[in-house]
Amino acid sequence: MTLRLRLDPIACAGHGLCAGLLPERIGLDEWGYPVITGDVPHGLARDARRAVRACPTLALRLSRVRASQDPSGQRARHGERDS
Amino acid sequence: MSYPPQSSTTPDAARRAEARRLTAGWRDRGRPPSLAVHEDRYGPLPGNPAGRRGRAGLIEAVTAAGLTGRGGAGFPTGAKLRAVAGRRGPAALVANGMECEPASEKDQALLAMAPHLVLDGAVLAARAVGADTVHVCLDRARPVQVEEVFRAAEERRVAGRDDVPVLVHDLPGHYVSGEETALISWLNGAGARPTTVPPRPFERGGRRRPTLVDNVETLAQVALIARYGPDWFRSAGERDAPGTVLVTVSGAVSHPGVYEVAGGTSAGEILALSGSSERGHVLVGGYFGSWHHLDEVARLPFTAAGLRPAGAAPGAGVLYVLPEMACGLAETARVLGYLAGQSARQCGPCTYGLPAIAGDFAQLADARPQGDVLDRLARRLALIPGRGACRHPDGAARLAASALTAFAGDARAHAARRPCAARWRRPPCALPVPRSRAGGGWR
Repeated sequence: MTLRLRLDPIACAGHGLCAGLLPERIGLDEWGYPVITGDVPHGLARDARRAVRACPTLALRLSRVRASQDPSGQRARHGERDS
Repeated sequence: MSYPPQSSTTPDAARRAEARRLTAGWRDRGRPPSLAVHEDRYGPLPGNPAGRRGRAGLIEAVTAAGLTGRGGAGFPTGAKLRAVAGRRGPAALVANGMECEPASEKDQALLAMAPHLVLDGAVLAARAVGADTVHVCLDRARPVQVEEVFRAAEERRVAGRDDVPVLVHDLPGHYVSGEETALISWLNGAGARPTTVPPRPFERGGRRRPTLVDNVETLAQVALIARYGPDWFRSAGERDAPGTVLVTVSGAVSHPGVYEVAGGTSAGEILALSGSSERGHVLVGGYFGSWHHLDEVARLPFTAAGLRPAGAAPGAGVLYVLPEMACGLAETARVLGYLAGQSARQCGPCTYGLPAIAGDFAQLADARPQGDVLDRLARRLALIPGRGACRHPDGAARLAASALTAFAGDARAHAARRPCAARWRRPPCALPVPRSRAGGGWR
């Protein structure tokens, strides 16, 4: 099962803790705001949950993605469940 | 003009000439028609749509007509009506007349010349989705328009025409304030700024109710479909682009202004109507749109599907012809500066990214680059889209990227500190860039 990171861009204040905890999937742009680079495989789920919990503004969330879904579509809005 | 028109196009130029429906009778008088004149022109509102059957009937008719939203996104209106009607509890309806796109004037023209047609459609759509209020949202910076629409609503109330109350609101008209979540935010007592989705307005909008937000031109078309039916609606336009559409043409044309054309009319035909003889570049779709050489788009239907092969989109129906003597990079730089100032400053990539690319473009336009400006722009433009709550950063990045493609030769020359001659001329018909009102507040 794959997990998808979702960011509330209004809530995000660019603290950048998430990128430190999950550098495999989250980078920072030149202004310090996170750039999500893909879905989270099983092996990274633990780090991803830590990144979500670490966010001071609760801007980051993880949702489950069904296997049939297009893995690239970060903006896909259907078939997602918040975990 | 009697209604419905049998065929509003001239025979020798089928689908080429203007197709007057929304704009019928605009030459009759120079002020907004009274309710009596309006009903004389179009006939009374169709009867008893308040029952369960009447409701479903309008949604079916709009679906069969194939009407799509005229605010820019082009979503099928019937599906949107159905989505709101299918939610539980009372709904609300928002008629979006904000027209925050500076290069567009079609909603202003429509509201000035046929306000009752818009209100007809709003009331009909409200009944169809079970909404108990119609909110008409207008830009505060247009007090005459607000007054006229308010008067039209008042006239209907006094005449007892509508079973749904119509409220006219004047909002701060920042570029992003016309976005549907911004309208909802304002109606809920907060600033007219976009919010994070979901929830979408049709799920939870004004006062937490399911809310239908439609552009005023879309609603005016609903009023015509309710009266004359989907078959009549489809008698103009193409199968995949039925009905008529309002387009604003500006720039280097002899007759700039608002045109109503049959769906599927090509960009070249629209420009021919407005008397354009330029052979250069056009901005398609407004400030979230894209620059193209005329040869790329002239033969394509001016529809979402038609323009897609060129990577263009009609947006809210905007065509601007760049004067031959103007510098496309300088024009783009001015627009990007405006868009950067119009950010709601809620999301980091927009708050910091747009001023950064606007600054890069200003350096490029001035031919005074610091560092490798083209390389920096390519990197920044790739990183900005898709990362805001609304599409403001995406639109600005799209415009900037399209300018770098359309004016690639100029961009290389400017980056090498060799500005084009046009850099030193001010075009007489430059793109309108309103003074930023961001200081004016969001409430």
